[in-house]
Amino acid sequence: MLKINNLCAKVGDNEILKGLNLEVKPGELHAIMGPNGSGKSTLAAVLAGRDLYEVTGGSVDLDGIDLLDLEASDRAREGVFLAFQYPIEIPGVSNLNFMKAALNGKRAHQGQEPVKAKDFLEKVKECSSLVELDGRLRDRSVNEGFSGGEKKRNEIFQMAMLEPKLAILDETDSGLDIDALRVVSKGVNAMRSSERSFIVITHYQRLLEHIVPDFVHVLSNGKIVKSGGKELALELEEKGYDWLKEPSHDTSNA
Amino acid sequence: MEKIDEDKLIDEVTGKNYEYGFTTDIESDTLPPGLDEDVVRMISAKKNEPEWLLNWRLEAFKVWSEMKEPDWAHVEYEKPDFQAISYYSAPKQKKELASLDEVDPELLKTMEKLGISLEEQKRLSGVAVDFVMDSVSVATSFKEKLGELGVIFCSLGEAIQEHPELVRKHLGTVVPQRDNYYAALNSAVFTDGSFCYIPKGVRCPMELSTYFRINQAGTGQFERTLIVADEGSYVSYLEGCTAPQRDENQLHAAVVEIVSHDEAEVRYSTVQNWYPGDKDGKGGVFNFVTKRGLCHRAAKISWTQVETGSAITWKYPSCILKGDDSIGEFFSVAVTNNKQQADTGTKMIHIGKRTRSTIISKGISSGHSQNSYRGLVQIHPGAENSRNFSVCDSLLMTDTCGAHTFPYIEVKNPTAQIEHEATTSKIGDDQIFYCQQRGIEEEEAIGLIVKGYAKDVLNKLPMEFAVEAQKLLTISLEGSVG
Repeated sequence: MLKINNLCAKVGDNEILKGLNLEVKPGELHAIMGPNGSGKSTLAAVLAGRDLYEVTGGSVDLDGIDLLDLEASDRAREGVFLAFQYPIEIPGVSNLNFMKAALNGKRAHQGQEPVKAKDFLEKVKECSSLVELDGRLRDRSVNEGFSGGEKKRNEIFQMAMLEPKLAILDETDSGLDIDALRVVSKGVNAMRSSERSFIVITHYQRLLEHIVPDFVHVLSNGKIVKSGGKELALELEEKGYDWLKEPSHDTSNA
Repeated sequence: MEKIDEDKLIDEVTGKNYEYGFTTDIESDTLPPGLDEDVVRMISAKKNEPEWLLNWRLEAFKVWSEMKEPDWAHVEYEKPDFQAISYYSAPKQKKELASLDEVDPELLKTMEKLGISLEEQKRLSGVAVDFVMDSVSVATSFKEKLGELGVIFCSLGEAIQEHPELVRKHLGTVVPQRDNYYAALNSAVFTDGSFCYIPKGVRCPMELSTYFRINQAGTGQFERTLIVADEGSYVSYLEGCTAPQRDENQLHAAVVEIVSHDEAEVRYSTVQNWYPGDKDGKGGVFNFVTKRGLCHRAAKISWTQVETGSAITWKYPSCILKGDDSIGEFFSVAVTNNKQQADTGTKMIHIGKRTRSTIISKGISSGHSQNSYRGLVQIHPGAENSRNFSVCDSLLMTDTCGAHTFPYIEVKNPTAQIEHEATTSKIGDDQIFYCQQRGIEEEEAIGLIVKGYAKDVLNKLPMEFAVEAQKLLTISLEGSVG
């Protein structure tokens, strides 16, 4: 499904990804862990097509499509979904209108008619119950005035609405209390299927108790330095990251 | 006071010898360029106006001649040569085109995006339209219905002939001739416009729009509109249309006067989309408009405007809250792109007790444009317990545009409550990316964000207007980011 090969990216003069390799097969859930500043969020943003980052090398292939060649909106339409670490507020735009525009964008891309109002509302009902998002939040402006937990639930609601091929969750657990974490995890688990893949970026093993990964990778200094099964997360919890850290280029050059 | 002044002036002027009779035969339909007293007389004669109106015009001309073009607005332009303009030409027969193929394809593209029907596209771009049964019958039944209720809706020229007393009683009572430079000019040389009268207690059952005055199509350079809502009546009036309007007249100096009698309500909605000029602002329309409403006891006037066109916009729809418990509202979205300049806002003059006003202004600037909000909230000594609430927001789309806010507040009564909120923000790359990540393309994302930003104002527009205005916002900002 997803093949990332020797991916390099920088922001300004600052190289962040330095030859990252990762393969994700359909139905798999990969967790990416790592210390602050290792490039986890950059990886998420680069995959989603944020133009703040310049890709300087490597390739990303999604089911035979060169992802790096596509605009962010086209990547989304091809089935890439990013659950933001800090979801953005859009005042005056109702959550539902936003979702309708998104869904119809995708449908147009696939040569389908715009969604019928009745079908849309049914889907909204189904997906919002998945993450216990009440009607009040659905009707409000996108993320405006939402609490941290509500924003994250809204991200998972949107994911359910858009049914992505590849979902990237960027620190979805940050700022969640244990109840919200459980709700969000329940939503994600309900979305898991043999055709859908996940990349879950997190600092903490805690999330992975609820969303059990098939693989765990450690990202350090722009590269994956260790991969393993779900037990790797426990090991990291115990030992920290220091034993895995590669010497950074700065120190080796010095 | 004004009334006495006016009467005195009329007396003075009518004492003079009248050089041109009403029946002066003017050979040509277009006067040569230039403006003097004779031109004013000729316009009046050409329109077969009563003497009081001629005198009123002459007084305005006299005042105008002594005035200076104002330069306090935050706009820069080459001042028009007022002697190079022809002040009268008979309703111009626009050159009829045989088919849409002859119309500027850019114009058609925009109309298509606005969702304007083919027939309407033809009408707007001056293509000869076959007899359209529907629109004629609609207009006819519309007129019949209004007639039954006693609503008068016609051109100002017609009203001067058919309802001279109504016109005389109200003309210039809200915007006097000497009000400002452009209003004085308009008063001297206005050629036509709309007149609307709603009788006591009548709720006008439909939106009045110049659109229905089919035979009056084509806007004058010096338009004058007078709306009178008698006691306890209601009317919603629509001006302009969303289709891009091209005009060979560079200078437009219109006047709109509204009189809202006791307990009457007038909603006035405008969509202004005059030609803004090319990328450098060349050839665009100068729009210098004076719009003002007078509220009597417990009356209400609500101005809603969506301004996307013109090279220069100079416009401050205002309310004089003279009667106790009267209400004034101003809701505005002003978009400027490329080299456009807009200086727009409102004045809320609180005179009566317990008068209330609300101002919501949303500026959107892009390209190299300059967008200014200029407003005055004035609480007079007698305006006990009056309230104003103002919100002035600016949204910047680029690093090269400018947004400015000039709010003036004068309070002369300690019981008044004034609230003013202002924000300036730049359209967020984060917001755009968030939309894109959900599969919404950049242009659409910008449209969505801007519409959300302007929602509080767009919601105030009548339904049909609102839908078109939303599309218009998106089109006006196309290609403005990225």
